[in-house]
Amino acid sequence: MVVTPIDMASASIILLLVMVVGVALLRNRQNLLIQTSFSLSAAASLLSAVAGAWTVGSGRTEKMILMIGLPDLPFHLRLDPLAGFFLSVVGLLAFFVSVYSIGYVKGFLGRRSVTRLIVFYCLFIAGMFMVILADDALFFLISWEAMAAASYFLVMFEDENAENRRAAFLYMVVAHVGAVAILLSFGVMAGLAAGFDNFSGFTFDAMRQARFPVEWATVAFLLAFFGFAAKAGVVPLHVWLPEAHPVAPSNVSALMSGVMLKTAIYGIIRVTFDIIKIFPWWWGSIVLTLGLVSAVMGVLYAMMEGDIKRLLAYSSVENIGIIMVGIGLAMIFSSFKMPVLAALSLTASLYHVMNHAMFKGILFMGAGAVLHATHERNMEEMGGLIHRMPWTAVLFLVGCISISALPPFNGFVSEWLTFQAFLLSPSLPIPLMKLLMPLGAALLALTGALAAATFVKAFGVTFLGHWRGSRRTHIREVDWTMRSGMTLAALACLFLGIMPAFFIDWMDILAEQLVGAKLSVSATAGGWMWLTPVAPERASYSGIIVFFGVLIVYGIVYFILHVNPGKIHRGPIWDCGFGKLTNRMQYNAASFSMPIRRIFGFLFKIKEEVSLAPQSAHPAFPKKLHYHLKVRDRFWNWIYKPVAEASFWFSRKVGMLQQGRIQTYLIYSFVTIIVLLLFVK
Amino acid sequence: MNMSGIIIETLQVVLLIGLAPAFTGWVRMLKCWSQGRTSASLFQPYRDLAKLFSKDVVLAENASWIFRFTPYLIFGTVVLAGGIIPMLSTDLPLSPTADVIVLVALFAIARFFTALAGMDIGTAFGGMGSSREMMIASLAEPAMLMAIFTVSLTNKSTSLARIVEVIFSGQSVLKPSLAFAFLAFVLIVLTETGRVPVDNPATHLELTMIHEAMILEYSGRHLALIEWAAMMKLFVFMALGAALFAPWGIASANTPQTIPMAFVYLLLKIGASGVVLVLIETGLAKMRLFRLTEFLGSAFLMATLGMLSFFILE
Repeated sequence: MVVTPIDMASASIILLLVMVVGVALLRNRQNLLIQTSFSLSAAASLLSAVAGAWTVGSGRTEKMILMIGLPDLPFHLRLDPLAGFFLSVVGLLAFFVSVYSIGYVKGFLGRRSVTRLIVFYCLFIAGMFMVILADDALFFLISWEAMAAASYFLVMFEDENAENRRAAFLYMVVAHVGAVAILLSFGVMAGLAAGFDNFSGFTFDAMRQARFPVEWATVAFLLAFFGFAAKAGVVPLHVWLPEAHPVAPSNVSALMSGVMLKTAIYGIIRVTFDIIKIFPWWWGSIVLTLGLVSAVMGVLYAMMEGDIKRLLAYSSVENIGIIMVGIGLAMIFSSFKMPVLAALSLTASLYHVMNHAMFKGILFMGAGAVLHATHERNMEEMGGLIHRMPWTAVLFLVGCISISALPPFNGFVSEWLTFQAFLLSPSLPIPLMKLLMPLGAALLALTGALAAATFVKAFGVTFLGHWRGSRRTHIREVDWTMRSGMTLAALACLFLGIMPAFFIDWMDILAEQLVGAKLSVSATAGGWMWLTPVAPERASYSGIIVFFGVLIVYGIVYFILHVNPGKIHRGPIWDCGFGKLTNRMQYNAASFSMPIRRIFGFLFKIKEEVSLAPQSAHPAFPKKLHYHLKVRDRFWNWIYKPVAEASFWFSRKVGMLQQGRIQTYLIYSFVTIIVLLLFVK
Repeated sequence: MNMSGIIIETLQVVLLIGLAPAFTGWVRMLKCWSQGRTSASLFQPYRDLAKLFSKDVVLAENASWIFRFTPYLIFGTVVLAGGIIPMLSTDLPLSPTADVIVLVALFAIARFFTALAGMDIGTAFGGMGSSREMMIASLAEPAMLMAIFTVSLTNKSTSLARIVEVIFSGQSVLKPSLAFAFLAFVLIVLTETGRVPVDNPATHLELTMIHEAMILEYSGRHLALIEWAAMMKLFVFMALGAALFAPWGIASANTPQTIPMAFVYLLLKIGASGVVLVLIETGLAKMRLFRLTEFLGSAFLMATLGMLSFFILE
């Protein structure tokens, strides 16, 4: 028997699902349970990642039909290069995070049972794999709900805090509103594909065959986009994300931010490029605009944040925005029949999907390591951790450099490709777009620079300087499993950064299948060292030369200066002769972001309070100063509060139907039957 | 890859490292003259560097490896940037490594680490400098990109060597879009290199420091490397301006006749840019921090105007 990728992927899903049930056997031996289950989930994830990478590499498509589920509605599975790409991204990060979890979850031992965490962790990963493999609307939605429900319970894991319960509830509501929209979208497409009187249209294959009239296609697209955007956390549907992601255990946060959001991106690409295929250009401009808004707003929110995990969650909003920008550009170019430019934008976007999974993985794992060691999420209480946790510091720094889009790491590659796609937008036939698109590039540049500022703050306040907290806890470096999970992700960031041509060559089949043009003819034409989208004389970049160039100059200068080095004296910090420096006098997260808060503050609802506690002796010399800062999301009052109030009002009105008397209910049934009889012939 | 290319490349990097302090000396000299002061010699920056290199390093007790790593990294990125920009010739083996966008990002990574080093010790000054520097950078970056965008629209490329060649072949001369982009570029160079009115490299007055605040804790060879890198950065930006807007004299082939001429042209252009820089610096006063949004906003506006005029006029 020949093993095919889809067999491997199914085997990994089965293994995960077996574990969901099987962990009950070991629930009394928690330590052993953690080791076995996370090793197995690491193996299962790696298996899926290999299956995905193999599919993309070989470019073949495989299908499988499972005769389970409802009668006459079997589950269809399909592993094509697009699914394979996402499978490998999800699988790879899930592998890193599973290795990390062995150490991380041990932190809960003695405090609570981790059985529930492990059950839903396995179900969560299996759910993501199934979403990607699903090839019919029914199986897709079942998997989608399994994924959402599993992640809901993971967010609820530490359910003694009211904050966590509230976040999980909000998450559940948004996830379901989104799921309903997706369901309706599939309904529209299935109905158009095979009529509303039978179920044969529910497979994606049937939908692919169909030709949709443009107005119905628009309805289907807008519904699907709304649903997936709610899952991805696109502004203004982002409010749940900074609530739900931070309160989950950090290994789960890494998966939620790193890859669960990507399943929504997968859904958007699947629906637009694979199922609907032909669309007007203005769909792309919607995606592009919302992407830009998410990118800028996301990073500004992140900048204002003082809680390290919330900061990272907001930064996921930003990165989803950048991915959306690439997808939007690809849609615009593709609707104007410019396949090469569409391929460039789509590749940029997919490359960012992979990059964001890796660096957001490290950053959440790093934040988890900090949380594990210090039991603290508030950056204002941290500082100087680079001395206590040297490994975590280096790995977190790699994540910060990558996410700030700085060469030679991976974030830069996708951002650079997106810029190149923007630079080619003047070839579009609509004059207004020619004028507006470069402004999009400027917003992207603003995003990149603000991201750098945000992560200087995140790293600087957490790891550098002195410990700011009042509590002096005993802080130790985390164990080797946690470190190796992060190290693997950091290495992935480096390789994705210095060898982009290799990876673009590998994933080129996606662009070919989805928008009908290959990039590798031009992008990697100059050999594996050079990345030259479109043409070498247009623009070129070599990450590996930048990396080694800087290293070589560094080495030479270091060597020359250390042939006969002067002495290094260590001394106390220069305090300007004041002599009363305390650790509270350092710049902290709130003060670091103050200039940017002042410039972009009009976008937020900022409440700043300063109160002085006067000294009894003289009012001119206050004893204590209290500074209270609250940055609120304006969208909350603009959209969510009215919607929430309206739905409460509506349910109160509907609630009046409930009299609690059986007679009244019988009358309702009677009236309903009469009305139905009037309509049914 | 050819031998002559490698030789020119090496020559260019050596020139950059060697001449950058002299250029800074030249700017300081002009500034003194324009303000009616007696100036130090053109070679004073070399003496300053030599003095710093011979001194011992004093580190704060809690300085981490980031603090010691940063000076070398900054030096490395600036030298690499100098190898990429066509100063003498467009036929450089390193030139395809990076286009203008990568070049900007190279400076961004140097800035990222400088800002981290500023926060490493945990003094208020360092953090203040880092916070301000990152704020200014985030406003300058969009303007910079718009300027690059405009130039690349005219030349259909973001590769520096290609831009220079296109201007040579006469396809783009003195266009209004380039003029606007140039004005924007000047404002951005003042920002990126920390000159008046954005920052004052000569001041150590606590309330106005930006770049100097971040590196306040440095001493000895570390400080020397940072100072030297700052001088090279100024030089590199002048050369970048020359390559983008006035590339005349840069050799397109490496022959023994063209290279000396290119060298003379380079000296003339850089010398003249020093005069312009001093005229701007003496004519303006340092701006308040929060007025920089207007300054950089106008840079952005000018670059956008350049782009619009490209679409409308050209």
